[in-house]
Amino acid sequence: MTARIQVPPEVRRGDLIEVRILIQHPMETGFRYDSLGRQTPRNVIHRFECRYGGVEVFRASMGAGIAANPYLRFFVRAGESGDIECRWVDQENVSGFASARVTVSG
Amino acid sequence: MRRRLLAALLALLALPRRALAQPIMNPAPGIDARTINTPQGALQSILKGASMRRGRVRLELPSAAENGHSVPMTVRVDSPMSEADHVRRIDLVSEKNPVALMASFFLGPHMGRAEIESRVRLNGTQRVTALAQLSDGSFWFDAADIAVNESACLDGG
Repeated sequence: MTARIQVPPEVRRGDLIEVRILIQHPMETGFRYDSLGRQTPRNVIHRFECRYGGVEVFRASMGAGIAANPYLRFFVRAGESGDIECRWVDQENVSGFASARVTVSG
Repeated sequence: MRRRLLAALLALLALPRRALAQPIMNPAPGIDARTINTPQGALQSILKGASMRRGRVRLELPSAAENGHSVPMTVRVDSPMSEADHVRRIDLVSEKNPVALMASFFLGPHMGRAEIESRVRLNGTQRVTALAQLSDGSFWFDAADIAVNESACLDGG
């Protein structure tokens, strides 16, 4: 699973880090049928979590109500320089990972 | 009397089978599993008897969308996001989607701002509810109405 994560490369301590992540995933609803009339099984990224400096800061539990190629934008308060690490897993147990380095000044 | 009984029996038989075999999503104790997938059931499973008040939460959806495949959604809660006073979770509940609970976001004081943006799928014109639980345990909500011309869930999206 490919993903794109965007964070500001440099922030001041105490400022907010805007995290934007876009994951390539069909988020299959389970309500779709292929050309042969077979139901495509539901397969969504049901668990997503974000860590900053090793500490969990945000977690999401998603269903088919989240659009294909899920996009999330959220904020994290800048403490020390460190990695913003995102992990996720879908219902076929395929997991993904994306991280970005944030340098904190001041 | 007998006729009315017969009509009631017929109505019961006519219930679509799907309505009786709804998917069950982590029913909380004391929650009827048959209603869990209704908007009310989803809200009840989170509230667990607590009441919710309108306010502090702001759910932003466009008022209309050409199709429901990917609709921009922003939810923000008026909260200082400190250790003592922060948002614990935000749930999105749909009125018309096959699965009522669309997503649950778990937040904490490290976030600094209680604002999440994503894109949602919507199965038709409906009201979407965002329910937030604060660190003091209180529940707050906002609801947004959106007109969707072409539903998601039926094809590609």
